[in-house]
Amino acid sequence: MEKSTFIALLPAIPLFSFLVLALFGNKLSRKATGFIGAGSIGIVALLTLIIATEFFHSLPQIKTYTVVVWEWINAGNLKVNISFSLDSLSLVFCFVITFVGFLIHLYSIAFMAKDEGIKRFFAYMNLFVASMLILVLADNILLLYLGWEGVGLCSYLLIGFWYKEPANGYAARKAFIITRIGDTAMIIGIFILFITFGTVNIHELMQLASAKWASGSSIAVITAALLLCGALGKSAQLPLQTWLPDAMAGPSPVSALIHAATMVTAGVYLIARTNMLFSLAPVVQFAIAIIGALTLLIAGFSALAQHDLKRILAYSTISQIGYMFLALGVGAWSAAIFHFMIHAFFKALLFLGAGVVILVLDEEHDIFKMGGLRKKMPVVFWTFLIGSASLSALPLITAGFYSKDQILWFAYSSESGSLWLWIAGIVGAFLTALYSFRMIFIVFFGESKTLPSFNAGKLMTVPLVILAVLSLIGGFVELPESFGNFHPFSKLIENVLPVVLIKDIGNLEILFQLLSAVIALTGVYLAYVIYFKKPSLSASFNHSRLNRFFEKGWGFDKLYDTLIVVPVVWLSEIDKNDFFDWMNIGLSKLALLLNSLFSITQNGKLRWYLMSFVIGIAFILTFMLYK
Amino acid sequence: MDVFFYIAVAIAIFSTIMAISRRNAIHALLYLILSLLAVSVVFYLLSAPFIAALEVIIYAGAIMVLFIFVVMMLNIGLEKSMEKKWLNPRMWIIPSLLAGILLVVLFLALSNVGSLTENKGDILPKQVGISLFSTYLLGVEIAGILLMAGVIGAYHLSSQNKKVTHRFLEKK
Amino acid sequence: MLTIPIETQILFAGILFFLGLIGLLVRRNMIFMLMSIEIMLNSAGLVFIIAGNHWKQPDGQVMFIFILTVAAVEVAIGLALILQVYHHYKTLDADAVNKLRDQNSK
Repeated sequence: MEKSTFIALLPAIPLFSFLVLALFGNKLSRKATGFIGAGSIGIVALLTLIIATEFFHSLPQIKTYTVVVWEWINAGNLKVNISFSLDSLSLVFCFVITFVGFLIHLYSIAFMAKDEGIKRFFAYMNLFVASMLILVLADNILLLYLGWEGVGLCSYLLIGFWYKEPANGYAARKAFIITRIGDTAMIIGIFILFITFGTVNIHELMQLASAKWASGSSIAVITAALLLCGALGKSAQLPLQTWLPDAMAGPSPVSALIHAATMVTAGVYLIARTNMLFSLAPVVQFAIAIIGALTLLIAGFSALAQHDLKRILAYSTISQIGYMFLALGVGAWSAAIFHFMIHAFFKALLFLGAGVVILVLDEEHDIFKMGGLRKKMPVVFWTFLIGSASLSALPLITAGFYSKDQILWFAYSSESGSLWLWIAGIVGAFLTALYSFRMIFIVFFGESKTLPSFNAGKLMTVPLVILAVLSLIGGFVELPESFGNFHPFSKLIENVLPVVLIKDIGNLEILFQLLSAVIALTGVYLAYVIYFKKPSLSASFNHSRLNRFFEKGWGFDKLYDTLIVVPVVWLSEIDKNDFFDWMNIGLSKLALLLNSLFSITQNGKLRWYLMSFVIGIAFILTFMLYK
Repeated sequence: MDVFFYIAVAIAIFSTIMAISRRNAIHALLYLILSLLAVSVVFYLLSAPFIAALEVIIYAGAIMVLFIFVVMMLNIGLEKSMEKKWLNPRMWIIPSLLAGILLVVLFLALSNVGSLTENKGDILPKQVGISLFSTYLLGVEIAGILLMAGVIGAYHLSSQNKKVTHRFLEKK
Repeated sequence: MLTIPIETQILFAGILFFLGLIGLLVRRNMIFMLMSIEIMLNSAGLVFIIAGNHWKQPDGQVMFIFILTVAAVEVAIGLALILQVYHHYKTLDADAVNKLRDQNSK
């Protein structure tokens, strides 16, 4: 079999294991469930590796592998196939999804070992990986939308995994509804594309768009804006970012896989895939940059004020994806993808580590009730520290430095970049360092307020270690010019995405790198001072109104509540018994009425039945005679 | 010959009307036996002497006697009060009406058919016997099985749980 | 033989049948209902004999013999059932055995 047909196996294997777990999960033991669930992702990771080696061998002649599996829709003009295509962009995403996914699945075997819903969990997780792979491997935009909806569904199912608690169901519904708003905009954009060009194949669409639409034309702007709305919903950016902090109601592996590494980056993938459209609508692209910059600032301030460990990480995710959007907005496509990959490593690490901490402290989420875990849980402490360091982009040793730094440089130096965007980015970097080391100092240093009840096993700590190593060395595939000028990653991505255009301002990159390194270290030092050495400095701030404002996510929840939720609920309350309801009620009332009428005829009396016979015979014979 | 037919039919109809309207079960059954005898006369007039004999022997002689035995066993002659309550004249109106409608329908149906006159001779019992055991042999066998089923069924359905005192000795 | 037109003969049999029908509908005592059924069966047999006489074939009489057999068996089993009902319900009222009805109404 040709290696390129393995591509079709990538989404098929997790889908198959989902079916096995869903149909036969009740009969399997916990061990078997974990084995099947994690094993399928492991096989897919292995396959990705095989495909990747084949891919690298065949560069630079073949840049894309395509395999058509079967015909999905064939109706009039609309011809849609289930076909997958792999190029450098999809390959990077596949690598992250399968590898990080495999490590998270291994971790989940231990994390969910005592949970009674473990079979359901692995079934949903496998379905999620299958949908995400369909999303990134899709050859046409309709199949991409299928994967898009699939990951949305799995996100709902997994956020509300512990369904017996009503708050979890509420959080799941909130996530689904808000992303739904984005999805609706996206499907309208897809409709426009299909109506205009008559095809849904992404490659063809991009070519036709660049040929037929003028740059800046209103239809390009509208379509790009609609697709952007879809990306905003999925990636939790302004103004649709309110669902992600509440989505932390799900188990920690879910937060790690879905809401850090993969699903929320689907928006980034979409924009990267359809980059031609955004190049044709520079207004929208600039809007992406602005949205990214604003989001990273808002989320950064909010993260500073949280006291739930996972919510800090959630806001941090929103902020980091803001960085990716900033990069996409200024045209630094490969920088955005690079940051996505590195972010997946350290954010998954942080979430898994947070999961261990919460589990070991008997479901304690409040960081002010933790403390002094450095000595009690050394492995978790060191890996968490590495993750936070990468997040804060500490210079030279962490992978985060190389990726975030690239974005900051391009935010200033790209042709669509500006000083203000760079300032937003650098303030965000300062905040990032501040809140992540706040987290470290409050949770792992100081006196311990809650004691761990057991030690985490190997199955949980080994993935942490692997991810920590990746968070350190992952950056070395893309070294900036000042350090070695080693660019295999961007060369790989530039097969697919356009190169970033830089303003002609000379080689100031090293200056910017120095600045960002200094700012990051300043943030760490400040965190050390006000959260560890002299906690009284931060304590007074903790109760101020500004802090409460930040903690509530800058009041967006309240805004949406008063603006949208309350009127809609009031309207539907008024409309409770309208005409359509009466039609439905009327049907049931009619049925009951007929029942009560007909049951009179069933009174069990023999003579009644005889009489009805005779009447019937009289009628029939009369009619027969007079026909 | 015709007049005998009319007399026999008149007796049959009269005694049937009496049979269905009596309160006392034994009276009704005796009127019914009379009706059956009249019908037997009609059979004889219709060149079916064997059937006439059969009607008397089996229908009037066995079936009606069975009825009488059961009625006597149940002692329902003593339940006159209930019959008085059940059998008020108002109840007769609607069934009579319906039956009358059906009778009218039958009459009209018959009058629409053209006159059919055939009168060619007699049917001997010998013919009946031969027909019974050659053409309708299967029917005879099945009738035999039916009778056996009836016997077994009647025996089984009448079985009672053992009682300590015989039911004639029980206080009602 | 008889010169009465066949329509009249069948009409007389029909009168007997409908008398039995009236008796079935009116009476409430189960013995009487069974008796009315016998009247109806008898009249049906009469129609067969009439027809057999008309076409001068023995088939009508054969049919009557079968009807007679069926009536006999039916009476036997019917009376056995009536006995059982009487022993259970202590009454011969046909309206008393109405357990097989729609429980939702009344």
